[in-house]
Amino acid sequence: MSGETAREAVGDYRYGFHDPENATIRFDKGLSEQVVRDISELKNEPEWMTEIRVKAYNRFMEMPMPKWGNCNMLDQIDFDSITYFLRSSKGTENDWDDVPDDIKNTFNRLGIPEAEQKWLGGVTAQYESEAVYHSIRDDLEEQGVIFLDMDSGLREYPEIVKKYFCSVVPASDNKFSALNTAVWSGGSFLYIPKGVHVEMPVQAYFRINAKNMGQFERTMIIADEGSSIHYVEGCTAPTYSTESLHSAVVELIAMDGAKIRYSTVQNWSANVYNLVTKRGVAHANATIEWVDGNIGSKLTMKYPSVLLKGEGAHAEVISVAYAGKGQHQDAGAKVHHLAPNTTSNILSKSISKNGGRSSYRGMLQVTPKASGCRSKIVCDALMLDADSQSDTYPTMEVGNASADLEHEASVSKVSNDQLFYLMSRGHSEVEAMGLIVNGFFEPFTRELPMEYAVELNRLLELEMEGAIG
Amino acid sequence: MGDEVLSIDDLYVSVEGTEIIKGLSLTINIGEIHAIMGRNGAGKSTLANVIMGHPAYEITSGSVKFKGTPLEEMEVFERARAGMFLSFQYPSSIPGVQVGTFLRKSVSAVRGDTAPSARDFRKELKSHMEALNMDRSFLSRYVNDGFSGGEKKRLEILQMLLLNPTLALLDETDSGLDIDALRVVSDGINSVAPNAGCLLITHYQRLLEHVKPDFVHVMIDGRIVKTGDATLAGKLEAKGYDWLEA
Repeated sequence: MSGETAREAVGDYRYGFHDPENATIRFDKGLSEQVVRDISELKNEPEWMTEIRVKAYNRFMEMPMPKWGNCNMLDQIDFDSITYFLRSSKGTENDWDDVPDDIKNTFNRLGIPEAEQKWLGGVTAQYESEAVYHSIRDDLEEQGVIFLDMDSGLREYPEIVKKYFCSVVPASDNKFSALNTAVWSGGSFLYIPKGVHVEMPVQAYFRINAKNMGQFERTMIIADEGSSIHYVEGCTAPTYSTESLHSAVVELIAMDGAKIRYSTVQNWSANVYNLVTKRGVAHANATIEWVDGNIGSKLTMKYPSVLLKGEGAHAEVISVAYAGKGQHQDAGAKVHHLAPNTTSNILSKSISKNGGRSSYRGMLQVTPKASGCRSKIVCDALMLDADSQSDTYPTMEVGNASADLEHEASVSKVSNDQLFYLMSRGHSEVEAMGLIVNGFFEPFTRELPMEYAVELNRLLELEMEGAIG
Repeated sequence: MGDEVLSIDDLYVSVEGTEIIKGLSLTINIGEIHAIMGRNGAGKSTLANVIMGHPAYEITSGSVKFKGTPLEEMEVFERARAGMFLSFQYPSSIPGVQVGTFLRKSVSAVRGDTAPSARDFRKELKSHMEALNMDRSFLSRYVNDGFSGGEKKRLEILQMLLLNPTLALLDETDSGLDIDALRVVSDGINSVAPNAGCLLITHYQRLLEHVKPDFVHVMIDGRIVKTGDATLAGKLEAKGYDWLEA
């Protein structure tokens, strides 16, 4: 994809700027066992982590590319042209003034320090491979909440990390989880003690700056019994004519009665492959909610999952996908009902425009011993023109006849009458389209913190510009 | 002439190749209420839609001017911003867009620099909604989504009051209204009428008992075949349209 096409794909992409690359450590391109060992050594990791990495590397090399999704695009990934580790600052600072100027300016432009002051309980800002800034409000720290970048998490709490690492997403789950496990760097480590309710969301922001960069953050959130947390993440990258790869693994553990909400607004530039494995395990009466928005990237393949392991656990997956020119959003949800009386709701909404393609891929499983389960799945697609594509791949495996399952799907188009109605109220065609699109995504946006919702709506309005001939 | 808001001259309109309006002329001045009556299929709604600029309707000959400007030079949204308003017979629903947001955005789009401040807007909105007997809970519902016929019509009139047009086209605004709703809707029209040209499209007389037209036009097969004063409406109610057909 040329740079120009990449820009066209996302309309007026405001985050496509880049800083000069001032790496303090930059690995040569390409992947080998030595690269994996070097990353581990550089971080002074315990031996067991090095072993996990090397094993995962071998699994990655053995495993074939997925034979589903967008194989054509997947096969274009050149693993040898990617930089697997790039350190861009001396360390992780807890004062923005200590962050290198270029990087600080970038995060200022992205509005992170401002958001931090106004409404966040803590922030991790990752730039390339590692966190450059990290902070948590004192009151949360006093309550025993641990919020660190993952590298620090491993250093300071190795027993917890060892216990849960790969416990929800095994390295060999898929080729890209194997890759992440081999070369992971950065991400968030979050522990909420029993009964603690974190009222303000905590945020992680991921920025890729360099060309042909691979970003492989690893996130682990453990909510102890009866606690609750809302974790928000955002991401952007410069627009380049060559591809970058973002391949994260996220593991959530919600203990009995705990609640984790994990919200994402993914807005990578249109030259980024976004191949992410996100999965949570919910114990008895726990709730895991994925609120997942995919606006950017070239190809996204991501299906936030929940294992409902304890009786009475609940899963909620609300996702939206926007696919413009040259983009394929292959997204969805997976819920596994493994225990009795577990419930789940899946709502997926997608928009395709200018030849973009969005796919819903879902898995709903009810195991034989999971009696009395309820699940509702709703998939709505909105097509903005005739060149675009939308498809649905739902899978259901139901092993218990008592399950109460609902599945609704719809595909709609913007009608001339809707446009005419809005235009007769003074809105230009672009503005009218923006209103319709924002309305379509509203069940998602209303779940976001207000600041994110406003930003997302603005983003979608920008997407409509230049889209109409 | 300074008061002329709409002038239609020998207008011909087609939809997908079928001619619907066949040589229609009409002039509306500020402060005048015109009613167009006729059977279903006479072309009444087509007239309202073509004036507002619906893309499905094609002007094949003749002209329509708004305050002297030929309408073909104006996009639909420009017509709205210039002061034209259409109350729809079947307003579209816009799922996910709250009425309150929609009204605020529409008012700032149409009234531009003269749009009220947020505080004044809320005041204006409140007084109009009270006049129309609309509950505040309306504002958080999605535009026309799941609305009853009467609710849709009230929302149309609320928009008209807020957008304060100089030309108001009301397409079958009375259909589907019970007697109380008809009264509040009529009050709304009457409050806009002194400073605007109004074109009421209806095939019942009952709206005209509440909103007194200055002119009543009878439309048959794409043409105005007779024009009279308010008494013509009563005559149509009693005698039907057959006597007007050639």
